[in-house]
Amino acid sequence: MTKGPLSRNKLIDRVFKITALVATVVGLVFLSVLIIDILIDGLGRVSWSFLTSFPSRRPERAGILSAIVGTLWVMGLTALFSFPLGVCAGIYLEEYAKKGVLTKLVEINIANLAGVPSIIYGLLGLGIFVRTLALERSVISGALTLTLLILPIIITTTRESLKAIPFSIREASYALGATLWQTILRQVLPVAMPGILTGTILALSRAIGETAPLIAIGALTYIAFLPESVFDPFTVLPIQTFNWVSRPQKGFATNAAAAIIVLLLLTLIMNSIAIYLRHRFQRRIKW
Amino acid sequence: MDRRSRQRITEGCIKGILFICASLSILTTIGIIGILIFETVEFFREVSFFEFLTDPQWTPLFVDKHFGIMSLVCGTALVAFIAMLVAIPLGLLSAVYLSEYASARFREVVKPLLEILAGVPTVVYGYFALLFVTPLLQVLIPGLAGFNALAPGIVMGIMILPMVSSLSEDAMYAVPMDLKEGAYALGATRFQVAVKVVIPAALSGIMSSFVLAVSRAIGETMIVTIASGQQPRLTLNPLVPIETITAYIVQVSLGDTPSGTLEYRTIFAAGMTLFVFTLALNLMSHWLKERFREEYR
Repeated sequence: MTKGPLSRNKLIDRVFKITALVATVVGLVFLSVLIIDILIDGLGRVSWSFLTSFPSRRPERAGILSAIVGTLWVMGLTALFSFPLGVCAGIYLEEYAKKGVLTKLVEINIANLAGVPSIIYGLLGLGIFVRTLALERSVISGALTLTLLILPIIITTTRESLKAIPFSIREASYALGATLWQTILRQVLPVAMPGILTGTILALSRAIGETAPLIAIGALTYIAFLPESVFDPFTVLPIQTFNWVSRPQKGFATNAAAAIIVLLLLTLIMNSIAIYLRHRFQRRIKW
Repeated sequence: MDRRSRQRITEGCIKGILFICASLSILTTIGIIGILIFETVEFFREVSFFEFLTDPQWTPLFVDKHFGIMSLVCGTALVAFIAMLVAIPLGLLSAVYLSEYASARFREVVKPLLEILAGVPTVVYGYFALLFVTPLLQVLIPGLAGFNALAPGIVMGIMILPMVSSLSEDAMYAVPMDLKEGAYALGATRFQVAVKVVIPAALSGIMSSFVLAVSRAIGETMIVTIASGQQPRLTLNPLVPIETITAYIVQVSLGDTPSGTLEYRTIFAAGMTLFVFTLALNLMSHWLKERFREEYR
């Protein structure tokens, strides 16, 4: 067969397909190399004493106790604030708000807030919580800052989950004489909850890795005690990691890798819970 | 009071509470803009706007103070540019592959795996850029400094890759099937359909994802703070240490700069600059996306 345009086109198609496949795989290769590199660097350092020691000037004696406890404090409070606020805001926008200019404006506003760099939230937290409300560089300042940061995500997932509930469920409830709120609380929310929870956990797993906004509000990088109340200073895992990465001694780089392993494990656990929830409840409900 | 009217009051109260929660998002925006404007105005009482835009140096923490934001903007743009050089071709190619070539099963497995890249904490990427990518590149490029714009740029490009890829793919997926079928009926290969039909048809959606990715890149903080150094300079050389707007804010935050001083206000002036850029890009991306939606209504 002579080489006509048809077979040339087929050749181009094949070459392109392989190129595109390689491009798709590049990200995955990168991810594997990153994980392997960090495991090689840090796995040997992860031990019980690493998890239960305070930071120290000597890398081999340093640990991440204050960072883990700080992360748990901040994330616990962030979940406590952001979940009810985000769900309530989502319910209002989806179920109550009239479609109009104002609602449209709020929607654009939320979309834009989701795109504001996290460091800007740090400046907001610094200006409002740390200075104006004089909460200082405390656990509560950090939690409030992260709450504002992830609120747009929780609002959006809440709305998506509510939108997915068929209208017939609501109509059935109205027909039995239920009010709008009774319908939402007893019929719509329970069904939408798995979706909302999944989105919230994913948002929190993003917050757990946030470093920049907490540095901006002045979270400490070296802390050798545990916070006892929400008004105490704190550090978190990513900040501890950052602190170790920026030191020149080799031993601290190893510590950073070990801290990263713990951090990645935490995010992995949260993501698995989210995926499990989504999977489990998706199967059960069929309209 | 009868049951009916009690119910009505309850309903009203609940609606009020929910409304307050929803208005919090507006308050957040007002808070951000308010804080930034307030401190930036104070900043410009002491530093002229002209100097801010034209001075080639940014040295607010030195004895000889200069306040030229351009060297920070330049560093930010340089890293973002490198990131886009990585993210645009890879993202576009993988979007084409996933939407036009891949089997449903492949897509089902690979898409969530790619999403993991976007979920990795940025401090982890910073570690990787500084301690793995930079030493690796130093073997290939002998003149590369320990801190540089190149390594964080590449790593950042990989980080925003899933965003470009999945948003572009969404846009390509939304291109009506009859357009593609028409091209196939004329004997076009998948490559020809992708390049001559799907990409042009989805162009504004694809552009929207690029613009959003640029916005992400210039707002990214920890990778550049860790791996690109803290030396603001007006250069387009990717091999030397630079400083981005975000890295500068972190640098000052780590120190003990008392509030109310000029040094303290520089981070808000820098933050304002960053906010203006990202807002403009986000709005542009939104506009492009809406335009794309209207094309196929």
